[in-house]
This record gives sequence, structure tokens and C-alpha cells, in this order.
Amino acid sequence: MKITREVVEYVAHLGRLDLESHEVDLYTNQLDRILEYIDKLNTLNTEGIEPTGHAMIAQCLLREDVVKDSFNVEESLRNAPERKGNFFKVPPIIELEG
Amino acid sequence: MENLLDMTISEMRALLKKREITAVELASFYLKRIERYDNDVMAYLNVTEDKAHEMARIADRKMEQGEDGPLLGIPFGIKDIFCTKGIETTCASQILKGFMPPYDATVIKKLKDASFVHLGKLNMDEFAMGSSTENSSFHITKNPWDLTRIPGGSSGGPAAAVAAGLCAAALGTDTGGSIRQPAGLCGVVGMKPTYGRVSRYGLIAFASSLDQVGPLTRNVSDCAIVMNEIAGFDSMDSTSIPQPVPNYTENLGKDIAGLRIGIPKEYYIDGMDSHVKKAMEESLSIFEKQGAILIDISLPHTEYAVATYCVIGTAEASSNLARYDGVKYGLRTEGKDIADMYKKTRLKGFGKEVKRRIILGTFVLSSGYYDAYYRKAGKVRTLIRRDFDEAFKSCDILITPVSPTTAFRIGEKTEDPLTMYLSDMFTIPSSLAGLPALSLPCGFDDNSLPIGLQIIGRPLDEALMMQAAYVFESVKNIEKIPGAFRKEYLL
Repeated sequence: MKITREVVEYVAHLGRLDLESHEVDLYTNQLDRILEYIDKLNTLNTEGIEPTGHAMIAQCLLREDVVKDSFNVEESLRNAPERKGNFFKVPPIIELEG
Repeated sequence: MENLLDMTISEMRALLKKREITAVELASFYLKRIERYDNDVMAYLNVTEDKAHEMARIADRKMEQGEDGPLLGIPFGIKDIFCTKGIETTCASQILKGFMPPYDATVIKKLKDASFVHLGKLNMDEFAMGSSTENSSFHITKNPWDLTRIPGGSSGGPAAAVAAGLCAAALGTDTGGSIRQPAGLCGVVGMKPTYGRVSRYGLIAFASSLDQVGPLTRNVSDCAIVMNEIAGFDSMDSTSIPQPVPNYTENLGKDIAGLRIGIPKEYYIDGMDSHVKKAMEESLSIFEKQGAILIDISLPHTEYAVATYCVIGTAEASSNLARYDGVKYGLRTEGKDIADMYKKTRLKGFGKEVKRRIILGTFVLSSGYYDAYYRKAGKVRTLIRRDFDEAFKSCDILITPVSPTTAFRIGEKTEDPLTMYLSDMFTIPSSLAGLPALSLPCGFDDNSLPIGLQIIGRPLDEALMMQAAYVFESVKNIEKIPGAFRKEYLL
């Protein structure tokens, strides 16, 4: 086994996923099998090979930094699950005293 | 007019131009077909009937004023991965249910500038993760050739809609085969252009170094016409290629005498479906008869492509999907604090496959595993690219099957993710190399299920690929729409 329940739970936490217990079991088994398959990459000698990030990018494209119209506040907030005035509203981030 | 279904876009345009049919009538033709047949196929997530009529009326007005254009008044279905201003865009995910984009993707804007008609948004695997459209969180789309089978994926809605005659053409996206595999399994033409050829701006991201936009159509000339409209540099996409776009229809009809076609032996494997094998052999002999030269080649790292893709695709997905946090748009599930809200929202909003890929992607990027998996996969990706570079020294295009089998049954591969991933083994390598590749119907198996042939080209060589595809299509006439969808024309 390359993957344990603990690893899946830890990784799910990193990915901000609250998995149900049966999902942890399922993913532990499936990921173990997938990683075993992925291990075939280790049979290749890749010493001195540069990794490819993007296959086609030859240069970094820069554009002029000019001010342009963008979305207004209403357009930006229209899809918000919850808003207050001109802001996105979220649950408490810092615990309040008392 | 009864052969409207078999017309190319240019032929439809000729009718519209002569005013033998109006854009409103053409839109109604497809809307009626959707009403009649989409209960069986379930290709659409959302039919935008009012919008379609409105856009068709605008197209008619423009034509009355003497305007002309290759897509003026032509009805399209759009994969639900493209942001469409004021039209719900879900990526077939519960987490984006109700999302109304405040802007159009660049390709949608380009189609609008060409006065196309928007019929509706098409089904797909959630966030384009899948090979069967069974991962849509709304419903399963059926293969028009056999309603008990999958249409392929992730662009299963676009492929099925084109094959069943529920739109004139469709836009899809391809990350590891998501245009080509469903096009192949549904018997239509599908093009994944060179990475960077078509803007990704406004496309909901899955794996940003692989995602590419392309057309699904019933013939090669339609594919070329749509490519003419959507290709080109876009300052809103930093990976867009700043190169002029050729006229893709210009080479259609030119012969392929002397064309060097590479036949990579790794794509003609023992376990391949015998019908696929036979159809490929017959197709290659057609190309040969047309003057092409077949060259046996090897792409030695082919067998590592799926594993490489599993790492790179999931890593990029896990980071792209971090944006779904219940704050800015889409679903929110309440929690006791913000971290709890994130976790509960993502648990409820994402489907099984999406969660599986986020977990795998987060794992391969996590501390202690990054070098062993992500960096290693990047290096193997270099080896896969070099294979193609080497092959294109002696060949002009490569021809392979699109998939090792024809369409499988609904439910057949859902329990085993790895088997599902392996169904894309022939489309993934060219994706990793960023190369253009197109899927072309080349025959049927004993169950009348379509078989697709894949043409892989050099970077930005889409015109030559379509030239070759057009020659094949002109010689071998292949039925594009199943008989069951020809019973009523509804005009």
C-alpha cells in the first residue's frame, strides 16, 4: 500500500474537502491502484531531462499596462451566495472574544 | 429542403443568402428537432430557445441589409464549459449551479461577432473530467448510434448533439481527448487545435497547460469554417500564440500526393478491437491510393502518457478548482467558520470524479511527493514531446485510431477509474505535446457503432491535417446521422 486512510484524510484537508468515511475508504483503494500504475514512470531514466510545463510557449507575452474598464461592483457581486453592501460576506475567520 | 440535415454550413449559408430559408426557420428546424429527439439523447443541459429566436431575427435583419459571413445565422450548441454572458454556465457541476457569467468567453464573442445562433448549453463530464459524460452531475447523455451506450466525454453533449442533428455545429474543449474521443465514438469530426491556437479566455479551467477549444462538426469543411472564426491570438490569454491564422478552407480539395503519413506502431496494439484494427487498415490503404506514403514509425514513450497525464492533469486541476470556495459564486453550504464552510461546500458541490482528481492532484503536489510525481511527470512529458519531434522529421502527419474500442455501455467503466482513464490512451500523448489532432469518422463495427481515425499534425499545421481529412472524406462517404434521427425532418 502506498496510500493509507490517514494520507487521504490529510490530503483531503489540504484540498479543503470534508470527505465522508466511506469516501475515504473508496479513495484510499482507488488512489493506491492509480499510484501503482503511475509508478511505471519510475522505470524511465530521466536524468538531465528538463521538465515540460507548457508544451507550446516560446516567450512570455507582455502587454501595455493601461487602465481599462472592468466589471462594476454589481456585476462582480451578482453571483455571490451572500453579500453585505459592496462586499462578499463570509463566516467568521477570526474567533471573537467573549 | 428535406436534406437540410445533410448540408454543410456553406450549403446552409447559400440557402440563407438566396433567402430560400430564413435564419429564424433554420433555428426553428433545430429547436423542433431538439424538442422531438433530445429526450432520447439528452445532449442539452439548457436549451436557450428565446435567445436562439432573438439571435436568428438579428441574423435575418443583417442579411436583409446585405451582410454576409460564413457563420451568419448558423445554429450552434455550446459545451457548458464556456462562459456565456447572462446564460447559466455550470460546467455540469452542482457547485456552479445558477452561475450567470458577467462576460462571454473570447470564442463566444467571436461567434457572436459572426452572428451565429446560440441554441443552448451542452452536457459534459463535470469540469470536463471524464471520458463518458457519466460524470455530469445533471444527467447522462446517450450515444445517438445506440442509446444504451455512452457518447464519450468529456464533450459528450456536443458530439451527441452534432451526430443526432440537434445543432449545425458545436464547440467543445479537449484536455486529454475530450473533443476527439466523443467525436470518434459518435462518428463526427472533432478538432483539437494546437495548444494556444484558440483563446482559452472565459473557458472554465481544468488543466491549464492542456485545455484547448475546438469545433465538433458533421464534416471537414464545417470544421475548417469554424476554425477560421475561432482561431487567433487573444491578448486576454497569455498562452495564446501570436501567429497569423491561415484560411483553413483554402487547401480543402487539394490532393495529398507525396504526403508522408507516419504510422506509430505503439498505437496498433494487440488488445485493440478487431473492427477498429480493420477499419484503420482499410483507411490507411485509402490514403495510400490517394498518393500518400505510409511510413512505419515508433513513439517509444507512448505507454507512459496516461500515467504522465494522471499526474499533470490532476495537479493542475487541484489548483484550478481551489477557486470554488462558496464565496464569490455558485453553491455555499453553511459551516461553523470559514474553513468549515469551504469543506462542506466542496463536499456537497463536487462529484466523485472531481473529488478523486483533487485528492490525487493535491497528493502529487504535496510536500515530499512533488519531485517524485509532479516533477518526474514533467520530465517524461519532455520525452513524449521529443518522440513527436523526432517523428515529424520524417513524416508530415501521423495517423492512429482515436480509441482502442467503439462506444462502451453506460455503467461499464464507472467502477474502475483507471480503466476509464486508459480509454484515452491514444489521445493523451498529443495533448501532452500540445499538438493539433483531429478525429475523423472512418467506419463502423458490427454493431453499427462509429470508429474514429486520428490525424496528428505538427504545431500550427491544422490546415494540412484538414486537407488530408477532406481527401479521405471525399473518397469514403460515411453516414453521419443515425437512421433513428431521420424519421422526422420537422420542417
